[in-house]
Amino acid sequence: MNGWDLLGIVVKIGIVVGITQGAVAYLILVERKIAAWSQDRIGPNRAGPFGLLQPLADGAKMLLKEDVIPTYVTKPLYILAPIIAIIAAMIAFAVIPFGPVGNTGVRLGNGDIQFQIAPGVDIGIVYVFAVGSLGVYAVILAGWSSNNKYSFLGGLRSSAQLISYEVPLGMSILGMVLITGSLDLNAIINWQDRHFWGIVVQPFGFLLFLISAFAETNRLPFDLPESEQELVGGFHTEYSAMKFGMFFLGEYLHIITVSYLTVVLFLGGWDFPFVTDQSQTGWFWAMFKIAVMLAKVSGMIVFIMWIRWTLPRFRYDTLMDLAWKRLIPISIANLVVTATVCQFLFSYSRSN
Amino acid sequence: MQPDDPSLKRMTPPKLNILEKTYLPQILGGLAVTGRHIFGAAIGGKTFTEQYPEEQHIPSANYRGVHRLNKDENGRIKCVACMLCATACPAHCIDIVGATAPDTWDDREKYPENFVIDELRCIYCGMCEEACPVDAIELTGLYDLTGLSREEMIFDKTKLLSVFDLTKSVEPMKTARTSATPGESSSTHELVTKPTDGPSMRAHS
Repeated sequence: MNGWDLLGIVVKIGIVVGITQGAVAYLILVERKIAAWSQDRIGPNRAGPFGLLQPLADGAKMLLKEDVIPTYVTKPLYILAPIIAIIAAMIAFAVIPFGPVGNTGVRLGNGDIQFQIAPGVDIGIVYVFAVGSLGVYAVILAGWSSNNKYSFLGGLRSSAQLISYEVPLGMSILGMVLITGSLDLNAIINWQDRHFWGIVVQPFGFLLFLISAFAETNRLPFDLPESEQELVGGFHTEYSAMKFGMFFLGEYLHIITVSYLTVVLFLGGWDFPFVTDQSQTGWFWAMFKIAVMLAKVSGMIVFIMWIRWTLPRFRYDTLMDLAWKRLIPISIANLVVTATVCQFLFSYSRSN
Repeated sequence: MQPDDPSLKRMTPPKLNILEKTYLPQILGGLAVTGRHIFGAAIGGKTFTEQYPEEQHIPSANYRGVHRLNKDENGRIKCVACMLCATACPAHCIDIVGATAPDTWDDREKYPENFVIDELRCIYCGMCEEACPVDAIELTGLYDLTGLSREEMIFDKTKLLSVFDLTKSVEPMKTARTSATPGESSSTHELVTKPTDGPSMRAHS
């Protein structure tokens, strides 16, 4: 790796971090708007035209508020927790392709620009799941270091929930991995581009992934760690100002990551049926593919918010029931069937 | 009730088929409902929001806001200082100083020399309005009552009468009983004088 590659990666990191952080600010506005609309309200519309400056006002509020650190907290962990929340949500972006990767034909200097921070990671998806689970540390540490029984309960619930849903989440993608024969996210997109979208070949996998992803992002109907009504906010009860804002940032970054993953794994990535092709190169197609992917991701995010205002929160035992008694058996069955079918299809195609 | 009571209606939970057991159709149904609302509000503009400072909210007719003391058609205060409102008030926020009415007021014996309502103590229950025999005190639709000090929020007679002047055009008196119409003077006179005896005596004792 020469210096130019390194510079390119730094630039890419800058762009991705900048865009996602900016997007998070606007996602909060979108969330508030959707919340308002679903309740037949208008939503924020005072700051700027259509309330478009509302994220700035929200951010300023977060930064200017007094940052209270209660005396009874375990200070190092208390400060560490929100940092982990953001970092765990951010670093998964390293392997997520946000555009075409490989022979893109987009040249700047002496190589193709890869629309992925770390292109060609063979175990991309494993990495995503590994760092995605780190987010649970933020919640547990925040809950524990707050030295507050509600926060602690929130942290406990969160750890149990995230660990439980990690299993069906991991199993749901195995079907896709078996079919495409790769753990590389680009290979998975390319396979979907050549054949069918993941949602067509793995409808159960998609459903399981979606449900588990909701649980992993702590979104309704699985937001037990922070359930406002019973746990007065759960793990972030004791947090104020920007530390609280960082948890928020982490949550929304997680939503973006999960939406990207869903799009990459099951909704064809940058694939626009009958239009795009792997062989298309050049600036136009690269931008087109990025736009297609962004559109899909936006749709996914809106869907996540839409679900939030549709379904009530699970009770804790029903939550565990769903994971262990429903999702895991279904995911195992799905995996077995997929593996069997794949085996027969592959041996059939090899014998011909 | 005994468990074997024949009047007890036994309910059996409906049997769900395999599709319903996944709850997916119901979730889709719920998504359709919220989706309808989201699109109705976002595109159709079907919202309940009132853009408050620009659009003034008009409360319902029975809204209980700031009090007013009504005036009759001669511009005199309608109140006869019977103390029924002050007695009925659960928050004890009404303070009336009664006095003998001027000789020219032939329809009543007393009138309030001072009539003070502490708007901060008031719980806006409307019981003074219900107790009043002459419909002198009414709760208006004024909801944006603000003040910079506690003293400002103690409304005296002039202030309460000015609330009437402020609101009489929008909210006419709920029962337009007149006290000085010659034909009905006897009946209204009865209405005005009868209840005043008891409470006023109590006030004197």
